[in-house]
Amino acid sequence: MVTTHEPRPAEAQERRRRPTGPRRPLTRRQRENRAGLAYLSPTLIVVIVVVILPILWTVMLAFQRIRLINVRRAGVFGQYSLANLELVLTSPGFWSSLWTTLVYTVGSTVLSVLFGLIAALALRGRFRGRTLVRASVLLPYVAPVVAVTFVWEILLSPQFGLANNWGTRFLGWDQQIAFLSQRQYTLSLFGLDVDLPMALLTVIAFEAWRYFPFAFLFLLARLQAVPGELEEAALVDGAAPSQTFRRILLPQLAPVIALLCVLRFIMTFNKFDDVYLLTGGGAGTEVVSVRVYEFLTARFDIGAAAAQALVLAAGLVVVLVIYLRFFAPRIEGEEA
Amino acid sequence: MDRYTFEKRLFGVLRWLVITVLVVVTLFPFCYMLLLSVRPIEEVLANPGQIWAGPSEWTIETYREVLTPAGAGGQGFLRFLANSALVSAAATVLTLLVSIPGSYAVSRLRFTGRRQVHFLFLAVYLFPSILLAIPLFVLFTRLGLRGSLAGLTIVYIAQTVPVSIYMLRNYLSTIPESLEEAAAVDGYTRLQIIRKVVLPLAAPAVMANALYVFMIAWNEFLFALLFLVEDRADWTVSLGLAQLSGGIEVSKTVLMAGSVVLTLPIVIIFFAAERLLTEGLTAGADKG
Repeated sequence: MVTTHEPRPAEAQERRRRPTGPRRPLTRRQRENRAGLAYLSPTLIVVIVVVILPILWTVMLAFQRIRLINVRRAGVFGQYSLANLELVLTSPGFWSSLWTTLVYTVGSTVLSVLFGLIAALALRGRFRGRTLVRASVLLPYVAPVVAVTFVWEILLSPQFGLANNWGTRFLGWDQQIAFLSQRQYTLSLFGLDVDLPMALLTVIAFEAWRYFPFAFLFLLARLQAVPGELEEAALVDGAAPSQTFRRILLPQLAPVIALLCVLRFIMTFNKFDDVYLLTGGGAGTEVVSVRVYEFLTARFDIGAAAAQALVLAAGLVVVLVIYLRFFAPRIEGEEA
Repeated sequence: MDRYTFEKRLFGVLRWLVITVLVVVTLFPFCYMLLLSVRPIEEVLANPGQIWAGPSEWTIETYREVLTPAGAGGQGFLRFLANSALVSAAATVLTLLVSIPGSYAVSRLRFTGRRQVHFLFLAVYLFPSILLAIPLFVLFTRLGLRGSLAGLTIVYIAQTVPVSIYMLRNYLSTIPESLEEAAAVDGYTRLQIIRKVVLPLAAPAVMANALYVFMIAWNEFLFALLFLVEDRADWTVSLGLAQLSGGIEVSKTVLMAGSVVLTLPIVIIFFAAERLLTEGLTAGADKG
């Protein structure tokens, strides 16, 4: 079996994977290979049955005209058409909801990472009660979404909410603000009228509040791993804190920040619960995932819902490809 | 005053300001939830701007309404708590049973397709769960699993296994392989090595993982809504609370009592194991 020719493609691949490893007897490798696959097989089965197959099925559903009533008859060999995509892409409000999703995602991602960074810098040094403060900062992230959205709703309610009550009493607001049900709020600043998408901004603020602990957690862990000598050296050179941050800490944190941005972008882009629970998708906050839910539960139009979900996933892939291709060469290197 | 001293003082002050703001902003909604839940609703509507009310005004009527069974005129949250606990505990145990061997394989064993496994996991997070919801809704209806806690548990396993494997793998890679080799020389089989050497060493990570999975399952809302909404007896606490808010006659203070009931188990778990959790979650993240 041993040949002196070029190694077969499979072998070549094997070698590339383990450039320095010693050649082991084939049987042991085979045993290891089998054990590996066996140990991973429960995972693979679960992920394939509950995630991969449903995704493929969604793709099929998206190209068939199916409603909940006739879904039982739907099979692999149904009638495929582009009718759903056409329906979705031309339906009123689709493009604006895609735009809303993008604004919501970018706003939430940037704010949550920024606040996470500020929090991590502030809680970096030791002080009494630091563990307790760190734990309480993480609370919004670990608390159940249904409970925290209700507290926000009640706090921001125009009738009996604390925010409006205090706003009118102490901050001199001349009228109540319906934070979660008002599409536009006209703010008068120095004689200029600025239209704010009120409900959307509130939802973004909620996302920033709920997810900055996530960024905080990872940034703090990274900050604590920065070698102390670097900062000491900067100190000896007479660097001010802002200079130390810009020249020393920020470059160390950059890969984590980039990774966090990607993670938060993906998760927020696909988010459903938060917007659904806060506004139900009303008042200019209709993100695509909420729209999919509406198609599914209000119109029972499975085909259109699937097509819409697919467009959402495709949009995410496009944004990620653009990001990885042009803005984040470092991450690519890290994952390789 | 030169730039260094100026900034040193400025950031010294700013730091405490930030810490104060952080604590208030994160803790206040939870305190407000708790305070509102024990006040009579008439009291709240009369003075919406008042936060603190003396203990003389406090009432546990709201909690009684939330917790008494639906048959006795309450909201039946005890039942929901039991459902949530059952689903979350089952999802936790099963996820670990699946992910411990999985993470061992990914971190230690060389097998075909080891590199490609991550792409599979990526699919779990790249696609919105609402996209999975459609076919799962149809599939589970056909299998008769929709409307059952077992069906929901299966979905939770699939949602948490990838992150669980990722966390465990990071921890396993810090355990020196020589320990396992020594055990192998002593004649242990691979399964014995996992059980008697790797698991005891990875106990903190496994524990953190279990708590994390439990929290995800406990907090989950979308799939509970889609699968369980038809039969009240199957509702989880999250779903029960969301449905409660739809009722017009339910007062906001009762809603807050329900929120406290939903949040409290998580807060207790979290504060009891905060160190374990934060370190487990970010294991490996500090390497850049």
